[in-house]
Amino acid sequence: MGWLLTIPLVLPFLTAVAAFLTRESPSGRWISVFGNVLFLGAAILLFSHVYEKGVVAGQMGNWPAPFGITLVADYLSAVMVVITAITALAVSVYALSDINTRKEYLGYHALFNILIGGVTGAFITGDLFNLYVWFEVMLISSFGLLVLGGSKAQIDGGVKYVTLNLVSTILFLCGVGLLYGMTGTLNLADLAVTIPTVENQGLVTVVAMMFMVAFGVKAAVFPLFFWLPASYHTPAFSVSAVFAGLLTKVGVYALIRMFTLVFDQDIGFTHTVLLWVAAFTMVTGVLGAAAQNDMRKILSFHIVSQIGYMIMGLAIYTPLAIAGAVFYLVHHIVVKANLFLIAGVAERIAGSTDLGKIGGMYKTAPFLGILFLIPAFSLAGFPPLSGFWAKYVLVAAALENEGWVIAGVALLVGLLTIYSMTKIWAEAFWKAHPEGQDPTLDTLEPSARRYLLLPIGGLAVLTLIIGFFPQPFVSFAETAAAQLLDPTPYITTVLGDGVLTEAAQ
Amino acid sequence: MEALLAISIGVLVAAAVYLMLARHVLRFIFGLVLISNAANLTIFTAGRLTEGAPPLIELGTVAPDPGVANALPQALVLTAIVIGFGLFAFALILMFRAYTTLGTLDSDEMRIAEPREEK
Repeated sequence: MGWLLTIPLVLPFLTAVAAFLTRESPSGRWISVFGNVLFLGAAILLFSHVYEKGVVAGQMGNWPAPFGITLVADYLSAVMVVITAITALAVSVYALSDINTRKEYLGYHALFNILIGGVTGAFITGDLFNLYVWFEVMLISSFGLLVLGGSKAQIDGGVKYVTLNLVSTILFLCGVGLLYGMTGTLNLADLAVTIPTVENQGLVTVVAMMFMVAFGVKAAVFPLFFWLPASYHTPAFSVSAVFAGLLTKVGVYALIRMFTLVFDQDIGFTHTVLLWVAAFTMVTGVLGAAAQNDMRKILSFHIVSQIGYMIMGLAIYTPLAIAGAVFYLVHHIVVKANLFLIAGVAERIAGSTDLGKIGGMYKTAPFLGILFLIPAFSLAGFPPLSGFWAKYVLVAAALENEGWVIAGVALLVGLLTIYSMTKIWAEAFWKAHPEGQDPTLDTLEPSARRYLLLPIGGLAVLTLIIGFFPQPFVSFAETAAAQLLDPTPYITTVLGDGVLTEAAQ
Repeated sequence: MEALLAISIGVLVAAAVYLMLARHVLRFIFGLVLISNAANLTIFTAGRLTEGAPPLIELGTVAPDPGVANALPQALVLTAIVIGFGLFAFALILMFRAYTTLGTLDSDEMRIAEPREEK
């Protein structure tokens, strides 16, 4: 079944090549949209197959695992690929109007699709070194996207983003080397079997902490998140949206994967560290957001605070908590990307994202107001939107596990999130425009209006669907969590049936 | 030999951290170059140093003798060097661009994206 896994991986790269060759003509942007439609199709195909048959693995070049590169999709990987495709499609439509021809000529669409390819690769690879390579693919294309256009703020943010991410990459690489030295394998399933047999378990925990820091930088957790609010508000809105939606989530995904499959030996230590990290991440993120006065900066800090919730699910480490983390991951990608897209429209019609300089959009653009309220209140956790269920599951898991403090922190941070969202609402929508302008959607060209509002509406509808019919999503997340906590099907699919009985002997 | 390599990795990391604590961003980049080489040496050492036994198969036999060197860590290091080279090329160009547009590489002065609070 290798082709099911390779097609979603190959499509973004083919799209990137085609989009690069046609970057001088308007057809380049449509190639990007078309490629992402195909990508979504391939992702859904993979998802439905995994949903019916369970874990799928493909050995590249038919080299038997653990010698070759293995691609694996379990429930978590499959749903992440689908949500990546949805975000990519939404953003590529938005980019039809958001990205100017100069940026297109500089290769925006090619870089964007390579980024999507890198993200997809990170989600479906079953090999640690391969994961490193996908991280690099993602990183180098995100560098390009971040500084594309070359404004002063972009270069400034870019320097911080590039340097801190390079440090995390090097730590990741070091960890890979040390892990290989201890176990002689880099295949994730094989690592899961081999790690318990390593004599020096203390060293395993040390390497686990290296991975925690490396992925923690990518996921922007406390105290490693400083690059994120320094850079995410500088590039084009399409770029901000796809970064906000997907990039940090790859770090969270990698943390979840490594700390359920490979590093589950010393849970008492590693997951306690994660719990502290989660609490501080939530609090610092939300307090940082409260101090900001620019839509994109507020939203950037909220990425940090929301990452804390996902790490909290991983740290509590019960089936319900992991299910909550998976649900949160999916919900948050949709909502966060959408909020950045809306900030882009706000700037287009009102002239800025600085809350001191805009206003009055409730009266003049009520439709945008509604579109903002859906993801904003979902982020804050209003029932019955998707964020409410995500937080509900996580807090329930914390209470079940008698984690009173972390549950209290989660609820308090939810409250402060409402504060930030109502602040944006009050400043950007409610109060009158300081310069007496009337920012309406009619100032946009009809085509621009279509391309900008269609993806926002689509993602908002998705938020509503998850909110009003949470049952299938929660039960899916529960199955995904069960797969993560009992990796037997993952391991046997990759390595064959005999490997676990062999290891037991 | 392992001890010698371990010490030189330690020296590299120490020098790198010293450089990376500097306020000047170009020094930070040089620190990154050093620490990435330390990472490469770590992989190389963790893959076991095997003297006098290249991973080759004798003519006429189908499998290598037991105890030959493991070639995989070296392949990993090679990949990491190539990727690292590309990234540093980008980082250096970015620094050059930052210097020409911002006029400084002092990280305390680079406050365009995060301006100081007005007093």
